[in-house]
Amino acid sequence: MTDVAVVGFAQAPHVRETEGTTNGVEMLVPVFQELFARTGLSKRDIGFWCSGSSDYLAGRAFSFVSAVDAIGAYPPINESHVEADAAWALYEAWVKIQTGEVDTALVYGFGKSSAGQLRRVLALQLDPYLVAPLWPDSVGIAGMQARLGLDSGLWTERDMAEVVARSRAAAVDNPHAQLAGQVEVDDLLTEPYFVDPLRKHDCAPITDGAAAIILAAGEKAREIAARPAWITGFAHRVDTPHIGARDLTTSPSTVAAAKAAGIDGVEVAELHAPFSHQEILLRQALGLGDAVRVNPSGGPLAGNPMFAGGLIRIGEAAGAVMGGAAGRVLAHATSGPALQQNLVCVMEGRE
Amino acid sequence: MTRPLSAPLDIGFDYTRSLGPTLGRFMTALAERRIEGMRGSDGRVFVPPAEYDPVTAEPLTEPVEVGQEGTVLTWSWIAEPLEGQPLDRPFAWALVRLDGADTAMLHAVDAGSPEAMRTGMRVRVRWAEETAGHIRDIACFEPLDAPERPRPEPAPAEPVTMVTTPVHLHYQHSASAEESRFLRALTEGRVVGQRCPVCGKVYVPPRGACPTDGVPTTDEVELPDRGTVTTFCIVNVPYLGQRIPTPYVAAYILLDGADIAFQHLVLGCDAKEVRMGMRVEAVWKPREQWGPTLENIDHFRPTGEPDAPYESYAQHL
Amino acid sequence: MGKQLAAVLGTGQTHHTTKRLDVSMAGLCREAIDRAMADADVDWADIDAVVLGKAPDLFEGVMMPELFLADAIGATGKPLLRVHTAGSVGGSTGVVAASLVQGGVHRRVLAVAFEKQSESNAMWALSIHPPFVMPVHAGAGGYFAPHVRSYIRRSGAPEHVGAMVAVKDRRNGARNPYAHLRQPDITLESVQASTMLWDPIRYDETCPSSDGACAVVIGDEATADAMAPRPVAWIHATAMRTEPTMFAGRDQVNPQAGQEAAAALWRQAGVTNPLEQVDAAEIYVPFSWFEPMWLENLGFAPEGQGWKLTEAGETEIGGRLPVNPSGGVLCSNPIGASGLLRFAEAAMQVMDRAGEHQVAGARTALGHAYGGGSQFFAMWLVGAAKQGVPS
Repeated sequence: MTDVAVVGFAQAPHVRETEGTTNGVEMLVPVFQELFARTGLSKRDIGFWCSGSSDYLAGRAFSFVSAVDAIGAYPPINESHVEADAAWALYEAWVKIQTGEVDTALVYGFGKSSAGQLRRVLALQLDPYLVAPLWPDSVGIAGMQARLGLDSGLWTERDMAEVVARSRAAAVDNPHAQLAGQVEVDDLLTEPYFVDPLRKHDCAPITDGAAAIILAAGEKAREIAARPAWITGFAHRVDTPHIGARDLTTSPSTVAAAKAAGIDGVEVAELHAPFSHQEILLRQALGLGDAVRVNPSGGPLAGNPMFAGGLIRIGEAAGAVMGGAAGRVLAHATSGPALQQNLVCVMEGRE
Repeated sequence: MTRPLSAPLDIGFDYTRSLGPTLGRFMTALAERRIEGMRGSDGRVFVPPAEYDPVTAEPLTEPVEVGQEGTVLTWSWIAEPLEGQPLDRPFAWALVRLDGADTAMLHAVDAGSPEAMRTGMRVRVRWAEETAGHIRDIACFEPLDAPERPRPEPAPAEPVTMVTTPVHLHYQHSASAEESRFLRALTEGRVVGQRCPVCGKVYVPPRGACPTDGVPTTDEVELPDRGTVTTFCIVNVPYLGQRIPTPYVAAYILLDGADIAFQHLVLGCDAKEVRMGMRVEAVWKPREQWGPTLENIDHFRPTGEPDAPYESYAQHL
Repeated sequence: MGKQLAAVLGTGQTHHTTKRLDVSMAGLCREAIDRAMADADVDWADIDAVVLGKAPDLFEGVMMPELFLADAIGATGKPLLRVHTAGSVGGSTGVVAASLVQGGVHRRVLAVAFEKQSESNAMWALSIHPPFVMPVHAGAGGYFAPHVRSYIRRSGAPEHVGAMVAVKDRRNGARNPYAHLRQPDITLESVQASTMLWDPIRYDETCPSSDGACAVVIGDEATADAMAPRPVAWIHATAMRTEPTMFAGRDQVNPQAGQEAAAALWRQAGVTNPLEQVDAAEIYVPFSWFEPMWLENLGFAPEGQGWKLTEAGETEIGGRLPVNPSGGVLCSNPIGASGLLRFAEAAMQVMDRAGEHQVAGARTALGHAYGGGSQFFAMWLVGAAKQGVPS
């Protein structure tokens, strides 16, 4: 395989509501500018572009089409789009580099969740004949998953609150975070239930945001970045959609993707867990020991822009390598109801 | 700086879904107040049915009728139901494994309060008053200790082949800051384009960023409300959601001083007389009807000037 | 490592029609998939990954339907990618699936694309007017008709050329058992007598609204070699290009993105004279006039001259460049699948498996798709022999 590395990452502030459009242009323009300034590249240097976004998040067909205005896509660009979190766009770009056709790629994701009612919108990911007509909301589904783990002793409400407290504390150092600060676990546990057994803080906030990553191959990566985050493993899998036929206390697709990617020796893990119990679930499924620092950025509980959140996990994990804070890192992205589809990307620094 | 304009955007459609044999069979059983699953390759009985086996991907063909009582495997409490959900009072979502099934069905449980819910509790189906062959024929589940309602005897139903599933969603749609400045000028009867600071082209309506340079457009350029028809079509076809009676001329109009044409109506002459290169001017609606929209211009009409030479707009086609 | 050889091992498609009320979305996809897998002689265990393409989720009212379709498309436990590049998506799906093999990531990949337009109403979904926007727009026909007028003005093409394309494609479709519209008796006069919908586009010059799916199995060199003596379609080149929907000075008749995608395709494939070196072309023509427009955009004819190939009958089966021998989009338009159908039909031609619409001796064929406001382009060139190997 061709050696490919993350050489740059930038993101918009995570906010409850932007004034901008659902086509993401206002969020993306400064993100691209920052990314180019940081890497010394320009749009002409990019061999392939790929983005991730959702029409249903925006409430209209072809909502991604105008996003290319943020690029200034003329002369024409070599470009593609996934209707999924941009982590999967990054995968498509990584594959494109593997073909040898290009040696650089810019991947971006954006989402303005505040435009609609996210809990209802996400119900449309469920089986359209048997389940979606009941409008099961995403928080209600996560609540059922959380209780399965509580009932079977895999985690406690205190464990969940500890995840939240750690996330908020870690996010203090993240200038893009939406929710950050020191909170006491005991205080969190006195909060009322939102969707029993979940409290509000167990759920990722509604976040508008965008992010972008530049990938480069081999020598090119070394020219652009002092310490590229080399991708050593990249895999994704999907589980059955029959939610009542899945073991919701674990994540077979995450385990299979991690096995394919090879996660031994990671020091940092950025996990795309939009609910506190899912961080514990993923940690258990991945077999991450206590020595592994999970979500030092604060993770999704500190801000979770839909369709960019997974890409941000990869960017944050890569940042730990590029900044020298870690040697080998894992990033995870998820998609679909109750962690149906999962992606694992492992990166490392090289001397 | 004033906030960009925004307004509600509701999208709604009643989707018509054909079912195929497996789902059709399940829905027909529901219409008869029965529940049928499908046996999977590993022997598990899937309720609701799987069309294709999660392990082998093969189509499943062995129906199995299951009970109408079951066990709650897990649940969550919805204190404030959302639009479209099965109950409009607080309820539980639950995964219910019906007796005889090996997988669980996601549905609502009408338990009154979260205190009445527990994992492992027994529940039974509460059927809708009328059944039609739809997942909502199951109104919800209820605890076994709830008073049993009179239940009509199962009766044979016509085979169900279709379901209708309404999808209604509500959004707040925002215009970009650049477009908002353009729209606000329209409320004053002015057409204001914006110039890209890099390429110098004048965009009307302006977009969030110059599409070729990727930077926000800045300088405002007041434009006249007259220009040239670059190209057009005559719309004769009526369609769902249409707001303008047919036939009408949808034309690209290049305002004098602008570098991009926008679509608008040309009226005031026979549709057959509209030509590429025709000079047109705006006909505004009465001032009291103005809002932040290009619809303030009711339509464009011919000015009677000689047609613009082809070369003057050829690069805008 | 560089690019690995990849080939189409098999193709499959549904019987396309206005409303496929006999199947669910899963069943629709499986009809195409089962045919493609039988054609490729592969089993589920042979498939390493699945790529699904379709146009806007609003058409079916399902957000990211690949998730609920995972079992039906055999993706459970495997990598599953969802592509959406507007109307070109079927083509992009083929390109992404090919790149998974060309990049050495997988050995065998299933690409599937579908649209079940009868779940809703595409004209509705395409004409939702967000606030603040002038509601002039009238579906895809209303969008493209002014640009067709521009083409006619620029090229000086006689009016009957559009009708000629419709006659040819509908007659070709009559030879294709899967086509939605099969009209062997259509005539120039009948097309010209049909209702003017979006002047200058007539009813008979527009694509239908179809339910349908298409699937393609793509394999690596070793797998393809092992198929011998059964023919495969070697993928000689792929290209995708994008430009913004509108910008000052944009050429909407002959878009730069299409020209550049074609140039990249010919360069990769070593093609210097497309008209001479390509034996058949499946080009995305949803409105008849797009045949001459794309002939020019793709470099088969100089600008303004594409209509002359059509008028001279050169794009008929038996002509110098048969275009849409399957009947094309004018006969079947399950939007999200239409691009992959073009790609699959091109492969069928060089595999000599196109049945009654086979172009005799086709060794090299183009599959083409476009979308959005003529701004997204995806294409591939397939051959009966490996690239550079004399046939």
